[in-house]
Amino acid sequence: MRLLSKRDVFAGALAMTAMRLAAPAFAQEKLKAVASFSIIGDFVREVGGDRILLTTLVGPNGDAHVYSPSPADGAALAQAKVIFVNGLRFESWLERLVKASGASAPIVVAAAKVAPLRLEADKAHDHDHGKVAVDPHAWQSIANAKLYVAAIRDGLIAADPPGRAVYEANAAAYAARLDEVQAEVTASIARIPSARRKLITSHDAFGYFAKAYGVAFIAPKGVSTETEATAKDVARIIRQVRAEKIPAVFMENIQDRRLAEQIARETGAKIGGALFSDALSPPDGPAPTYIDLMRRNVRQIVEALAPGGA
Amino acid sequence: MLYDALIAPFAEFAFMRRALVGAIALALSGAPIGVFLMLRRMSLTGDAMAHAILPGAAVGYLFAGLSLGAMTIGGLAAGLTVAVLAGVVSRATALREDATMAAFYLISLALGVAIVSAKGSNIDLLHVLFGSVLALDDDALILLAAISSVTLGALALLYRPLVLECVDPGFLRTVSRAGPVAHLSFLGLVVLNLVAGFHALGTLLAVGVMMVPAATARLWSADITAMIIVATLTGIASSIGGLLVSYHVGLPAGPAIILFAGAFYVASLIVGPAGGMISTLVPRRHLEA
Repeated sequence: MRLLSKRDVFAGALAMTAMRLAAPAFAQEKLKAVASFSIIGDFVREVGGDRILLTTLVGPNGDAHVYSPSPADGAALAQAKVIFVNGLRFESWLERLVKASGASAPIVVAAAKVAPLRLEADKAHDHDHGKVAVDPHAWQSIANAKLYVAAIRDGLIAADPPGRAVYEANAAAYAARLDEVQAEVTASIARIPSARRKLITSHDAFGYFAKAYGVAFIAPKGVSTETEATAKDVARIIRQVRAEKIPAVFMENIQDRRLAEQIARETGAKIGGALFSDALSPPDGPAPTYIDLMRRNVRQIVEALAPGGA
Repeated sequence: MLYDALIAPFAEFAFMRRALVGAIALALSGAPIGVFLMLRRMSLTGDAMAHAILPGAAVGYLFAGLSLGAMTIGGLAAGLTVAVLAGVVSRATALREDATMAAFYLISLALGVAIVSAKGSNIDLLHVLFGSVLALDDDALILLAAISSVTLGALALLYRPLVLECVDPGFLRTVSRAGPVAHLSFLGLVVLNLVAGFHALGTLLAVGVMMVPAATARLWSADITAMIIVATLTGIASSIGGLLVSYHVGLPAGPAIILFAGAFYVASLIVGPAGGMISTLVPRRHLEA
């Protein structure tokens, strides 16, 4: 490879300017939207339908806590007309990326209306975001998901006023489906005796699920995937599993499952299947959409905790 | 009281016992390797090799998932390739071994990052690859013990040529042609131990278990047998101490072990009788005949 000459750089800059100028002509037909990660992307796709052209930055099975963006992501952001994020300090890398890409599109915070759960005090100091530590995984409660959908609908209407009727109809239809799933989930959880509604998982992402559906999630790590487990934590959890007779240990789709296996081995608890917390699966996987994700997680939980299985 | 502090954690929890066995296996073979690396002025080679292994293990992970076998084989393949190439090239060309090693490990690292990106996975590979000493299953323990045994056996066979190469490589060349063979086998052992360490502690800390006890030992003795003994004992003591600190204070186990070894090292810097600060700065009385 040869070094770029000044002329090359100038020509490149000219070409990019030309592309920028040409971009609006293509964008007339569909609204260019960017979603930060797969779950937000699913909501935006449901509400936006055919009227939008969606780019999702962190795809299926990706870990949005520790994502490192590619230049293509910067390009997508620069061309976007509206950007959807979870908020609650979930995508800490996005703020800088938005600035670096020179994007001017409004950023819609999907979790804006959610009542955030604070992290427990002993976990808060592990969480290096400083200030008030809140749990960002708000989509794990379907009631919150409906707030997300409303925020996304309003964001799309603001970016594309002529599409108002479409977005409102899509959002209403999707909210109705969410209500159905909510009823299913509540009925399924009710089949587990209340004394057995507790489990261990390797990622503390289910605070909202726990609060909404009355299942206790005990995690061996802090809320962020960036911290490493200590012997003290592991010992405390093993004691707790033994003392409270917790029936099952769960793994998660993007976390190290070796630790959960170790705890299961030592306590005799059952090993549950993977719970999806921060990401959807690829289209051919078990949880390609948010609704599939919630149904699958609940099925896994009921199978492991209900006395006779599902 | 003492029982609660020192014995109870291991008596109560199987994961602590497993961690202890794994860490001791690692210290038993890593410490002598570290002593030889240090004596041959290759203290930083371990670090370079750890970087060379990482991409191999990452590729193994991408193709087979979190499988002990695939990640071990990938790491061994990448590490041995770099070690052999660096050894051969430094003997066949004008470049010194440190330069060839640096070039090859960087190529390996770049190749690994490129392959991982091309597969399009956003999973933080480092996070997955950094094994935890707290989560050693049967397979990982057997692997660690096997690597430790093979290393100690091979070191026993190679001991004489290795010592000669450390003290007088010119002489070794005149009396024997075992030099290159011993050297390459030794690099192979380095890779093997790094792969073992990477299952127990994560790659970068695996180097610490080798080098920190070795550097500590040098401050207590200049005799190679004594150094190996002191390094091994320091490694084992650090493993026990680190795990207990992790248990009582709540530090991550891997860093706690290395920090414990680091504390031994700093203490030895000051009080070590064979070249520590006090022994160097305080003049001794002349020996009188």
